[in-house]
Amino acid sequence: MQAPQPAPAPPPAQDEFVPISQLPASEQLPAAPLLIAAYAVVWIVLAVYVWTLWKRFWRAEQDLKQLAGRLPPAK
Amino acid sequence: MRKAVVPLLAAAGFIFMTAPIIIARARYESTMGLVQKIFYFHVPSWFAMFTAIGVCGVASVRYLVTRKPSADRLALSAAELTVVFGLIGLLTGPLWGRKAWGHYWQWDAKLTTALVLWLIFAAYNLLRRFGGPGSERLAAGVALFGMANVPFVYWSAHIWRTVHPKTSVVMTLGPGMRPAFYWSAFGFLLILGALLAARVRLETLRASIDDAYLSAEDL
Repeated sequence: MQAPQPAPAPPPAQDEFVPISQLPASEQLPAAPLLIAAYAVVWIVLAVYVWTLWKRFWRAEQDLKQLAGRLPPAK
Repeated sequence: MRKAVVPLLAAAGFIFMTAPIIIARARYESTMGLVQKIFYFHVPSWFAMFTAIGVCGVASVRYLVTRKPSADRLALSAAELTVVFGLIGLLTGPLWGRKAWGHYWQWDAKLTTALVLWLIFAAYNLLRRFGGPGSERLAAGVALFGMANVPFVYWSAHIWRTVHPKTSVVMTLGPGMRPAFYWSAFGFLLILGALLAARVRLETLRASIDDAYLSAEDL
């Protein structure tokens, strides 16, 4: 009969500063996706706003045409 | 005004197309690295927002004093663009913060006052949309309240302890970073000018349609 194996020793406690650049790759957060997402936000927000502005202009022009139809013809 | 919108939009579009190249060539910040490049459009979006707030506030004062509809139209247009550029700032900041601070959001003085300022102008727009007749004067008061909030946002990082960098960081940029920053800031201000001109034109068109409807009913 074998004696029970001792539990593995826990890793030593972290008691010193480790610069982020020296962390293992698995612990680091990639910057590129965040940068690309931020740039996409700028384009998407502005594009959506320009589109809503264009849509409102189009509606105003439709109103103008409808109004022109209501007015009596110029003599 | 229509003639001004197209060249302004074209120039702003050109700057927006070329900005990523100039930003990519700018020097890396020593502690944050690549993610710091969000700075080149995060800060200019706040520049554009503060400029829009200034326009809205001054136009609101003018409207309250003179009751000129043109001043009200300018204030309404600038308030809408305040929300647009503020949204860009509020969305790009947390993406930078996720890497720099380890969190998307912190309820500290700078971030909270910026959010409150944005909410004030969101409220202005909701008031104009659903407030009915007479909401212009009330909205002008809200705009003044919002404008009075700007110094708190600007100096909050200096007055209170906050994770956000101080505003003096812009003035102390290294020479390798300045061209990208000023190019981007110029692009944002140009696109603000173009969109503001277009938005005012839309409001003027709507006002003339309303007047024409009233005249047609009298016939």
